[in-house]
Amino acid sequence: MSLIDKINPVVRNIPPSGIRKFFDIVTEMKDAISLGVGEPDFVTPWRIREYGIYSLEKGHTYYTSNWGLAELREEISRYLNRKYNLSYDPKDEVIVTVGGSEGIDIALRALAGPGDEVLIQQPCFVSYKPCVEFTGATPVVIQTREENSFKLTPEQLEENITPKTKILMISYPNNPTGAIMTGEELQGIAEVVKKHDLIVISDEIYSELTYGTKHISIASLPQMRDRTIVINGFSKAFAMTGWRLGYTVGHRDIIGAMFKVHQYAVMCSPTTAQYAAIEALKNCDEDVDMMAREYNRRRRVVVQGLRKAGLKCFEPMGAFYAFPSVKETGLTSTEFCEKLLLDEKVALVPGNAFGESGEGFVRFSYAYSIETINEALERITRFVKKLGNGSGN
Amino acid sequence: MKEILEILEKDSRTSPEQIAAMTGRDVEEVKQMIKKLEEDNVIAGYTTVVNWEKTDAELVTALIEVKVTPSRGQGFEKVASRIYNFPEVKALYLMSGSFDFAVIIEGKTMKEVALFVAEKLAPIDSVMSTATHFVLKKYKNDGVILHDKLTDNREVITL
Repeated sequence: MSLIDKINPVVRNIPPSGIRKFFDIVTEMKDAISLGVGEPDFVTPWRIREYGIYSLEKGHTYYTSNWGLAELREEISRYLNRKYNLSYDPKDEVIVTVGGSEGIDIALRALAGPGDEVLIQQPCFVSYKPCVEFTGATPVVIQTREENSFKLTPEQLEENITPKTKILMISYPNNPTGAIMTGEELQGIAEVVKKHDLIVISDEIYSELTYGTKHISIASLPQMRDRTIVINGFSKAFAMTGWRLGYTVGHRDIIGAMFKVHQYAVMCSPTTAQYAAIEALKNCDEDVDMMAREYNRRRRVVVQGLRKAGLKCFEPMGAFYAFPSVKETGLTSTEFCEKLLLDEKVALVPGNAFGESGEGFVRFSYAYSIETINEALERITRFVKKLGNGSGN
Repeated sequence: MKEILEILEKDSRTSPEQIAAMTGRDVEEVKQMIKKLEEDNVIAGYTTVVNWEKTDAELVTALIEVKVTPSRGQGFEKVASRIYNFPEVKALYLMSGSFDFAVIIEGKTMKEVALFVAEKLAPIDSVMSTATHFVLKKYKNDGVILHDKLTDNREVITL
C-alpha cells in the first residue's frame, strides 16, 4: 500500500520548498547569526500580555462568538477607521481570524474555484500560491521588478488579465522586498481592477510599518471598498506573532461567505489572544510607534551598510526587510546564501523562496538588535569583498 | 534632537557614526548636535547600569525620607545643595506629599549609611526629621530589568 497515493493530488503536487536544504543547514548550525526570521524581535508589550493574563484569571477560557468578541470587532472597526480611513460594520463585516494566514485561506476558499485565475504579485509571502492551488483555481504570477521598486504596475496587471481572471492578490508593505505603494500608484491598479471587475485580496499585515509615509489601503480608494478584502492582524504591528490573531474585513456579502468557511474550519480564534488584542488596539499606539521608530533606525543602518558592502540595495520603505541584489557577485540567491552561511555564518533567506522574480536577491530581516545587525553587516562586507577578489583572479 | 537623545539614553555607547546611520544624518552634524546637548547640560553625563549584586562588592542602598524647613528667600534650594553635594548621595528629589526630599544613598554597609544619616544628614539645620528605608533587592534600575535577561527564542528561519 502506498500512502502517497492516498494523498489528494492537489496537495501532493505542491512542490516542497526549493530552499529546504538551505534551511536544514541553518537549523543545524548553532552559532550562526540568523537574519532569516520574519517576525518582530520585540516581545509583545507587557500591557498586552498582562491583559491576556488577566483574562485567564477571570476565567475567560470559553469559545467566543464565531465572528470574534464583539468588543474586539468594534475596536478593529474603530482602529481601521482612525488609521486608514476604512469603514466596516463590526456586526457582519469583520471576522477575527487565526492570524493573517487564515484570512488569506478563507478569502480564497470563499471566492476561488476550478476555472478561476488568481493573480499573485511576486515576490510575496510563501503561502499565496499554495492557498490558491488548494482551491482548484489557477495561480497566475505577476513578477514585479526591481526597476519599478517592486511595485505592481497597471500595465503589468493588464497584460495578465484573461476572461477567467477573478482575483488579484497584493501585499504592500511587502514581504520580502520592503516595497510600498503610494495612494496614486494604487489608484492606477484600482482603475484596472474596476475595468475588469476583479476582487482584490489585500494583505496589509505590515501596514503599521512604513517609513516617512503613511500606509494607504487600496480599499480606501473610491469604489474599491466593496471589491476589496483587507487582511490584517496583530503579529507585526503589536509583536504578537505567537498569539495567532488577525482579522479580515470587507463587504458583508463576501465576509458572510468567508464566515462560513471560518466557522466550520476553526470555530473561533483563541480567546486569550482576543482579549489581549482589545488592549492592543485601545492603548498601545505609543508602543507601536516606538517599535516603528526603532525599525526605521535599523533600516537606515542596514541599507547604508549593504550599499557600503558593495551590494545594490533599493530603498525599502516598509515592513522590516531589505532586499539587496546579489547579481553582481555572479552567484545565484541560493549560492550566495549557502556560501555566506558556510564562510561567515550569517543566514539570509534566498530571494527565490518568495517567487522567481526574487532570484538574484536575498532577504535581510532587520528584526534584530542593532548589535546583531552591525556584526552581520561586518561579516557580509568581508564576504562580498572576498568574492570580488576571487572573481578578479 | 529628540531622536539622538532617545538613542543615547538607550545605549550611551552608540557612536556618532552609528547615530548618523540610524537617523540618516551627516556624521559631522550629529557630532555638533551632541556637543551642543552636552554644553546645554541636556546630556548631563554618560553612565553604565551596573548590577552590583552580581559582583562580590558590598553595597547597600537606602531611600531616606527627609522633612525640612525651607530657608527664607531660598526655598528648598539651599538645603538641597547641602545634601546633594555629598558623594554618597546618588539621587535627590523634591517630592509632593508627606515629606519633602527623597534621598538615595549608597554605602558599603548598613552601618555606614546609618552613620551618614546620623552625622551628616540629620544635623543639617533645616532638617526636621528623617526616615531611612533600606533596599533589600533591586529588580529594575534605570529602565533595565536586572535579573531577567531576555533571550531570542525565535525559530532560526521563518518566512
